[in-house]
Amino acid sequence: MLSDGGSFMKGMVMGGLFCLVLSFLSSFSPSTEFMTEDHHHHHVKAASKEELNHLSDSHTQELLDQVRVSCIIMVQPSVLVYWAAALDTWAKHCDKAVFYTSESSKALEAIDLNEKDDWARLRKALKHAYDNAGDLRWFFVARPTTFAIIENLKYLVLTKDPSEPFYLGNAMKSGELEYVALASGIVLSYEALKRLVNVFEDEGKCPERGRALWKLSEDKQLAVCLKYTGVFAENGEDMHGKGLFNSKTVHSLISDSMKANPTNVVEGCCSDMAVTFNGMSPSQMQVLMFGVYRLRPYGHDFHDLMTFYPPEDVFLCRL
Amino acid sequence: MTGPTNLESRARHIRQTWAKRCNKVLYMSSVKTDFPTVDLNVSEGRDNLFWKTIRAFQYIHQHHLDDADWFLKADDDTYVVIENLHYTLSKYDPEQPLYLGRRFTPFISKGYMSGGAGYVLSKEALRRFIKGFNTGECTHFSSIEDMALGKCMETMKVEPADSRDVNGRQTFHPYPPDYYLVRQAPRPRPWYLLYDHYTPIEGPGCCSDLAVSFHYIYATQLYVLEYLTYHLRPYGYKYRFNPDEKD
Repeated sequence: MLSDGGSFMKGMVMGGLFCLVLSFLSSFSPSTEFMTEDHHHHHVKAASKEELNHLSDSHTQELLDQVRVSCIIMVQPSVLVYWAAALDTWAKHCDKAVFYTSESSKALEAIDLNEKDDWARLRKALKHAYDNAGDLRWFFVARPTTFAIIENLKYLVLTKDPSEPFYLGNAMKSGELEYVALASGIVLSYEALKRLVNVFEDEGKCPERGRALWKLSEDKQLAVCLKYTGVFAENGEDMHGKGLFNSKTVHSLISDSMKANPTNVVEGCCSDMAVTFNGMSPSQMQVLMFGVYRLRPYGHDFHDLMTFYPPEDVFLCRL
Repeated sequence: MTGPTNLESRARHIRQTWAKRCNKVLYMSSVKTDFPTVDLNVSEGRDNLFWKTIRAFQYIHQHHLDDADWFLKADDDTYVVIENLHYTLSKYDPEQPLYLGRRFTPFISKGYMSGGAGYVLSKEALRRFIKGFNTGECTHFSSIEDMALGKCMETMKVEPADSRDVNGRQTFHPYPPDYYLVRQAPRPRPWYLLYDHYTPIEGPGCCSDLAVSFHYIYATQLYVLEYLTYHLRPYGYKYRFNPDEKD
């Protein structure tokens, strides 16, 4: 009897130890789903009118004061005209816009990171933006071929807390990895950026030169590093579930919609509150500024519940 | 103004976009169809453009004079923002003999309105146009539709009115927006601005926020303009131009 009990006890202890070891190991695995995270879902939607209506005036004002955006634009001298276009058009609506380049150019102001490798350069840019964040809590990363409507970005993140980790944009999947495409713009909350800058120190999880075996694009590298910190890519959508971050030009999206929804082309296309388009030429960007910020039918009132005033500079510049 | 070969490729998209906002829309053609189109009993082609216009206005005068106060002629590659047209016309009296559009200078002493950008006749202007052809004061002396119409307007003492906004910015445009809006270094007038009556401005000052028309706009671009005008917008943005006060 005693020996039976003994082996039973041994079995229990072995089993218990085995389970302990397993759970110990699994908690170190980077692919574990952090089920305790508040928002481990894959879509982030803009607030609905009802939600906004329920906010008190003072709360609304608090949110408005907080939702200021720092734009991080990665440029190269070979795309000088795009750089100039971004500077002259949408980047003016950022509360702060900094251009980071791979090499200096006398023609335009940018921070020369003196770094040829795309991923290493992005890391430096993000670290610099974090170190100089001041009181800005939202970060928007783009290329000069991206066109962004910053007011709509603010609308998307208005009710989201930047001390929570948010990593939003056009969420794409590459094998098992979900990442946000750089070309259509990446949105990072302060907390996400903070965690990222911290994991930069870890050469094991987030190497500076990337893994030699397979060269991932810098937006995928970003996703891998963020994953280690428990931050996952989420698709930015309007209240109807339409994607707000577009990888194509307006023309291209409309053209697609003409084939897919011939009787309902415009409604079946892109969101009214779209945040980004990609691939527009500098001339097209100038036309889009007119189309977005000026051209409208007399008498239409959208009854927006609040006003996003552009930074002071915009009022000083001539149209 | 359209034709049998353009119904599917052009007129259909106009019907799905801006034409819905007219109080009344008529598709003028050489063949009657269920589109619906009106048969003007005129052949197609650039040489017949003025005949087509004459017959179109005669048809309207005969059947639809009381259906409207203002009569817009547009092509099947024009995009029109009807609300902004209403607004531009609101300060004029339709019983006065006048017409509006993009004013061109040459050939006619009082100038004429660009055909491509679209033009609008007041009710009185339409009556005088019809009268002119009835009495022989106006004739088909040329097939250049916009210029010839301008001659008739001048003969019948119809005034070309100013369609620009309170800040002097143009509302009717004979070319697509990218011809005008892109910033340029100061330069002599490019060919497409040579005829302009009012000194043209290149770059963002070219065009009114309350633009009325753009031309050479085909299928995809029509929907793009529809999206930009009526849908895509910056949330919570205060427009800098307020048309009801001068800058």
